[in-house]
Amino acid sequence: MKHLVSVADLTREAAIAILDTSLEMSEVNDRDIKKLPTLRGKTVVNLFFEDSTRTRISFEVAAKRLSADVINFAAKGSSVSKGESLKDTAQTLEAIGADAVVIRHHASGAAHMLANSGWVKGSVINAGDGTHEHPTQALLDAFTLRSAIHTDARGKGLDGVSVAIVGDIAHSRVARSNLVLLKQLGAKVYLVGPPTLLPNALVKRADGFSYSLDEAISTFKLDAVMMLRVQLERMTAGFFPSEREYARIWGLNADRLALLGSETFVMHPGPMNRGLEIDAAAADSKNSLVLKQVANGVSVRMAVLYHLLSGGENE
Amino acid sequence: MSEFTLVNATMADGSVTNVGVAAGVIKFIGNEVMGESIDAKGLVALPGFIDLHTHLREPGFEQSETVLSGSRAAALGGFTAVHAMANTMPVADTAGVVEQIKSLGDEAGLVQVQPIGAVTVGLGGERLAELGAMANSRAKVTIFSDDGKCVSDPLLMRRALAYVKSFDGVIAQHAQEPRLTENSQMHEGNVSAELGLAGWPAVAEESIIARDVLLAEATGSRLHICHLSTAGSVEIIRWAKRRGIKVTAEVTPHHLLLTDELARTYNPVYKVNPPLRTDADVKALREALVDGTIDIVATDHAPHPVEAKECEWAAAAFGMLGLETAASIAQLVLIDSGESNWQRFSEVMSLNPAAISKLADQGQLLAVGNVANITLINPAATRVISGGGASKSSNQPFEGIELPGTVIHTIYRGAFSVRDSKLAK
Ligand SMILES: [Zn+2]
Repeated sequence: MKHLVSVADLTREAAIAILDTSLEMSEVNDRDIKKLPTLRGKTVVNLFFEDSTRTRISFEVAAKRLSADVINFAAKGSSVSKGESLKDTAQTLEAIGADAVVIRHHASGAAHMLANSGWVKGSVINAGDGTHEHPTQALLDAFTLRSAIHTDARGKGLDGVSVAIVGDIAHSRVARSNLVLLKQLGAKVYLVGPPTLLPNALVKRADGFSYSLDEAISTFKLDAVMMLRVQLERMTAGFFPSEREYARIWGLNADRLALLGSETFVMHPGPMNRGLEIDAAAADSKNSLVLKQVANGVSVRMAVLYHLLSGGENE
Repeated sequence: MSEFTLVNATMADGSVTNVGVAAGVIKFIGNEVMGESIDAKGLVALPGFIDLHTHLREPGFEQSETVLSGSRAAALGGFTAVHAMANTMPVADTAGVVEQIKSLGDEAGLVQVQPIGAVTVGLGGERLAELGAMANSRAKVTIFSDDGKCVSDPLLMRRALAYVKSFDGVIAQHAQEPRLTENSQMHEGNVSAELGLAGWPAVAEESIIARDVLLAEATGSRLHICHLSTAGSVEIIRWAKRRGIKVTAEVTPHHLLLTDELARTYNPVYKVNPPLRTDADVKALREALVDGTIDIVATDHAPHPVEAKECEWAAAAFGMLGLETAASIAQLVLIDSGESNWQRFSEVMSLNPAAISKLADQGQLLAVGNVANITLINPAATRVISGGGASKSSNQPFEGIELPGTVIHTIYRGAFSVRDSKLAK
């Protein structure tokens, strides 16, 4: 495997291999000295056209724990046509000698373009492209859920596990990546949200859908609910009328948490809008995996860097 | 002016004969030979092609195309007339600008360059441009369009339709409801949902067409719809024509051949407005071209510099080249498919666009006394498309695709603009 642009590039076996490596990395992260020499002498560039301190720090820590040199490159980006072009930036990085470029971009397909353009020779890791994909987020979600469900997770998938993804499916790269990856790992995936934010094409690929969270809870026997962050600009664009109405129909509150029961895990990719898509009662409940998701981000990104940058020929 | 005879040319009706040209007109069709003999065996002789929708980019965007480079591409594509869209800089919204474009076309001298005038000042969609002044200018503008933008204000569209009646003009509408297509990147459907690219829904085109055919009916005016791209649009045009509304419609070569599946490459060469649609739309457009619901093929030739396409999809410009591949795609759809014939081909590539534009001396059947605008193509030849041809830009979406038919000679007003597939000057 050379690049990680889309979770669709991962076979079930490749995905499980990354999750298993993530498990090993998480053991490293529990040690006093959290460092491996694996990527000594390699250069990883974090190329961020869009602000995301959380994701950047997670990749940065992951690369440093593998002893790679890390360069952070915050680019202005060509939101319309002005600004630094992706090509010019990529060629600059190539001149620096990047072994891997971790790219975050506001345009869907930017990582795909970088990987296929010939502008860079190194590996390309998609850290979120527009409303398209966020593969490492899906991997860390799958890893977190797998570890929560199986006491010995090694080698396992998510067969038979049922997950509802709730919220703005239409504009969510997290939802797109999770839909494909979770299904690849054997899970059943249900999509829940207002009709304005549930595209037919994605619904067709899911195992079921509902316009009501209450209905979803009573219909699908859910092992996990994954709440998506709501962007307030969706409200101004008329996708739903108000925050209050959204929270009332699609928010995960204490009542719904009780309906889900004690066996269902609560997930959120962060950052959370507390009181909108998720209440404190749900976010901080004992079934919440939210903090584990953040912690596992580093392990999973270490695993991805390891798979792409060391011994790739044998893969 | 030279005298020559095209020997053993195949006419649109399938007959084989000689065509004699002298002093810019067709002197005879028959067995005799006059002047230089040019072997036309196996070549189909057709009325010179006319493009109703060409972005020549001059003045203002000469790094993409000029009237001269666009004229070259047009001649090589078998065209003897092109219509220059108004979205230049400055916009072609005054008599001065349209006359300038016409002069540049006359200077190039390879095809007739007929300017299209803007409907509204600066394509701003707010105030009517001086349509009468452009119609009465030396450029004799008959077609008005804000192409690239939709005349979305219903009142302004109604006024424009009514106003051009005084000189039998026509409004060519780029049908795109702007609110339904804010930030749209590609056809709204399965592929856009998977790729996370903002959708351009079919209804944004169809709702404007539905509105405008009713306005055309109410005003009794001529309406032309640019680049039809959806099956639903075809249905509305079919209904409007049955009702007797004076509406004509065009389809681009790329909408007859390509689909939104190509966006999966994220290669912006496939980014175009209106967007590439689905297989079902392509099928409906092809049927409509055969059965007469769609009147013409028009290229929407839209050159862009490398920087505008060598970037992430959302930042890239809309549009693709088309002049040098249009005839091949029309042949594919009408002739090689077995669905139609060369007479229909002549209609959609020449006769009908000339009628819409009311161009004199263009789009006439090959007949004695008519001005010699003639294109000869070898329908048996095939070629693999590569590079941008004579255009200053290279954003053509057919790279590596094999297409049938090659333009061998283009004769513009009795003189070769292209001979043996090469520019004559
Ligand atoms: Zn247009």
